Amino acid sequence: MTKMKKFLSAAVVAAMTISSLAGCGTSSKGDDTTLTIGGIGPVSGPAASYGTSVKNGCQVAVDEINKAGGVKVGDKTMQLKLDFQDDANDAETAKNAFNKLMDNGMDALVGCVTSAPCIAVTSLSEKAKILQITPSGSQKECAQFDNCFRVCFTDPQQGTAMAEYIVNKLGLKKVAVLYANSSNYSQGIKDAFVAKVKELGGSIVTEEAFTEGDVDYNTQLSKVKDAAADAIFVPAYYTEVSYIVKQAAEKGIKIPFFGSDGWDGILDQVSNKEVLEGATFLSPFLYTQDDAKVQSFVKAYQAANKNATPDQFAADGYDTVYTIKAAFEKAGSKDIAKLEEAMTQIKVEGITGTMTFSKDGDATKSTKLIQIKNGEYTAIVAE
Amino acid sequence: MANEFVKAKTKEVRKSTIQKAVIIALAYVGVIALVSSGVLGYQYSSVLISVAVNIIAAVSLNLVTGFLGELSLGHAGFMAIGAYTGALITLHLNLPAPVEIFLGLAGAGIMAAIFGLIIGIPVLRLHGDYLAIVTLAFGQIIASILNYVKSITGGAAGLNNIEEYTTSDHYLLVLTLVVLSVLIMSNIINSRYGRAITAVRDNYIAAEATGICIRNYKIFAFVVGAFFAGIAGFIFAHNVGVIKPSKFDFNMSINILVFVVLGGMGSIKGSIIAAVVLTVLPEALRGLSDYRMLMYAVILIVVMLFNNSKLRKRLVEESGLKKLFTKKKGEA
Amino acid sequence: MSSFVEQFLNGLIPGSIYALIALGYTMVYGIAKMINFAHGDIIMVGAYILLIGLNASGVPTWLAIVLAIAGCGILGVVIEKVAYKPLRNAPSLAVLITAIGMSYFLQNLFLVIFSSKGKSVPRFIHVKDFKIGDITVSGNMIVTLIVTIIIMILLTVFINKTKLGSALRAVSEDKGAASLMGINSDLMISMTFAIGSALAGVAGILWVSMYDKAYPTLGAIPGIKAFVAAVIGGIGSVPGAMIGGIALGLVESFTKAYISGELVDAFVFGLLIIVLIFKPTGILGRKRIEKV
Repeated sequence: MTKMKKFLSAAVVAAMTISSLAGCGTSSKGDDTTLTIGGIGPVSGPAASYGTSVKNGCQVAVDEINKAGGVKVGDKTMQLKLDFQDDANDAETAKNAFNKLMDNGMDALVGCVTSAPCIAVTSLSEKAKILQITPSGSQKECAQFDNCFRVCFTDPQQGTAMAEYIVNKLGLKKVAVLYANSSNYSQGIKDAFVAKVKELGGSIVTEEAFTEGDVDYNTQLSKVKDAAADAIFVPAYYTEVSYIVKQAAEKGIKIPFFGSDGWDGILDQVSNKEVLEGATFLSPFLYTQDDAKVQSFVKAYQAANKNATPDQFAADGYDTVYTIKAAFEKAGSKDIAKLEEAMTQIKVEGITGTMTFSKDGDATKSTKLIQIKNGEYTAIVAE
Repeated sequence: MANEFVKAKTKEVRKSTIQKAVIIALAYVGVIALVSSGVLGYQYSSVLISVAVNIIAAVSLNLVTGFLGELSLGHAGFMAIGAYTGALITLHLNLPAPVEIFLGLAGAGIMAAIFGLIIGIPVLRLHGDYLAIVTLAFGQIIASILNYVKSITGGAAGLNNIEEYTTSDHYLLVLTLVVLSVLIMSNIINSRYGRAITAVRDNYIAAEATGICIRNYKIFAFVVGAFFAGIAGFIFAHNVGVIKPSKFDFNMSINILVFVVLGGMGSIKGSIIAAVVLTVLPEALRGLSDYRMLMYAVILIVVMLFNNSKLRKRLVEESGLKKLFTKKKGEA
Repeated sequence: MSSFVEQFLNGLIPGSIYALIALGYTMVYGIAKMINFAHGDIIMVGAYILLIGLNASGVPTWLAIVLAIAGCGILGVVIEKVAYKPLRNAPSLAVLITAIGMSYFLQNLFLVIFSSKGKSVPRFIHVKDFKIGDITVSGNMIVTLIVTIIIMILLTVFINKTKLGSALRAVSEDKGAASLMGINSDLMISMTFAIGSALAGVAGILWVSMYDKAYPTLGAIPGIKAFVAAVIGGIGSVPGAMIGGIALGLVESFTKAYISGELVDAFVFGLLIIVLIFKPTGILGRKRIEKV
């Protein structure tokens, strides 16, 4: 019997702990003076830099809006409150984070930052009737329900845009592609890119796959070298790209490199900047851009974050908060049907471009191309 | 004499059956009370399902690591097989939910068990360090293949929009699955098979000499462990709704191992408690996951050092703690 | 043909680094009869020490290299004393779990200190690239190959021709008997950890010279791959580690080049399983009969 007693007492203690923990999150929904914006993204683990950037970008926007008087929803003026939760780039954790935010009385969601957690959360936000806008979830399903929107490009948009630039604008017809088959981001861009290049009359001379986390690309690069391409396209994140450009230079590969928005931040990742000279990639945001809005954002961001340079994730987070503001002001209510309608009518002048939103959730905005010249990011005009 | 023994044994069995029934009833009442009263809120209701997945995974790994005494570092691989099989079944069938769930669960468990068998037969000829490393290799191979057969598994992007049959809205179903799984496993351990398995762990040469076919018992434990890992995978997939190969990596296997080690190898109760505590705690301390992994590492080292230290021996010998420690091995 | 030669070289270089790491595994296993799971992470620590040394002003490159190697050697001994020595008579399962814990500890400690973002290491090996026809062999590759070959020769000579080496072999053969012959087996085990970890330090230095970057999980994959190499070659055997390492590098390169990049892991680990099934102690391993 003692065994059972022990177990019983343990069960009671566990139950009490859980209930006391649950008691922490008291709901504040229905409050007319604050609009709670929930955020979900990785602020720990290997993807932490993305989530942290988005969080900081959102905070800059929230502070700015509150300072300027807040958000006018109908006849009430509300202050914004940001409640950002960690998901460690994990779908299960993201779902728990969403539920925690619901307990905390969230009115709209910025997130998730990465695709898989974002998709996992969409079904919850749909059920809970919460406006969900992802700053950076580029996979198609991230905006699959009527209440879900995205601020960033979709993967296919990027692939198509780069194909047009390389084949039509630069006239480079023989393209080699190097992509991460373990990443849906990389795969998504690659598929659209390959289709568009073929449509435009170019040819893909070789298509080489690698796995995220690889460090040795010599094998793939040897094949690229043999294929005698005019250009090489690498839709991937900067970590992998930094190895690729270095090893390509060592192999004596001299054809120009092209990339996707994952290249943002690449210059800090290589010890020898010469290997990147002339490389071109697509990005929604350039922190050195000569634009009053961009510069005031960069200043505010640096002041709040120990002089850290804002990246595209920070800019996307910032624009997402302003998009939410615009949607609530247009709708004049917290009602999801009105918000959904408002989303398709608003036009947001953001620091990542001027955006409008379609009913299926995607943003329309112009692409920016960035070329590395003399070891610096330089904007070039696409069209 | 023999009769006396049988009587004592049946009495013991009856007592433990009553005990189990009470514990199960309490679990039901407790969980229903917690959920329906709303104290858990949205957040901890959903954590409940993560707890369930981890309990089944931990107990099934304990079967292999704690009772059989072989370190398996590929447990996440079996969960992946269960998750993918179950998800593919429910995604492609268009039947009423209960039928789909039943078929999905059966498919997930059986497919994982089949893989357990395919892998177990050659691999279990090895043991100790070699076996551990081969199970690790197997986990990597599974992930690699799931990535490769894109047309079926969706490749790196994985499967999306899996029907959410085991979310916190269906907590009673999940609770029942946990109770059934744990009950079956604990019955296996207390059976003749279970005793043979522990005999293999404690001294396999002696066990072999008494006529136990080591290989068959090893494979049996491995297959049962894989089956329930598959069930855990099913619940995981149909709770989260999104699965991809990279989720079922080495880290996940280690996480499950930490539950088993902290709870005490060879103790089902311990695994359950560790799984509950180590799932709820990080949820309460959100945003500290970098430190969590550091803590896990320290837990692994400290528990192992303590278990084999003179300090523990002294504590066991001298104090009332003796009971607490010596009981561990026999009970389940 | 030239592309085949190039792919061969592409496999030879990581292969020779795997071989260096595998040597550490093999030595430790041979003498302490345990898998030092944290061995791979010592490579990472070596890379970070080098990085700090190179970035510190006033530290010459050679000193940074020496510090990295020595630091790794010391770390190896400390790990052995703190985590493994108390478990010398414990079941092997306990030792293995502790080693995994140690590996996790190092990774996550560096993650907390340095964050997960990779830090690029300034170039410190300046050897000119080498060209034969179409094929470019980078200076880094040449240095890596030469260093690996020299170390292997030295190690073989040390183990087979010196007095300390034969003491090592004696402990590996029979610890009890070796102690009776007046050999301090604890000292021998510490020395093995020091040498093995110093080799991991060298591997770490070569790794960042090839791949340019230090990050907390740097050692995890090469560590596991090198372990696989050591097992394939026959754990406990020095030439086995070399053969295993280079074989693994080549399998990786040729799988990537001629079959599929996605299946690299499946082939590498599949090879391990096949070798273990048909030759459970690896290619050059000796069969041990377990006694009661």
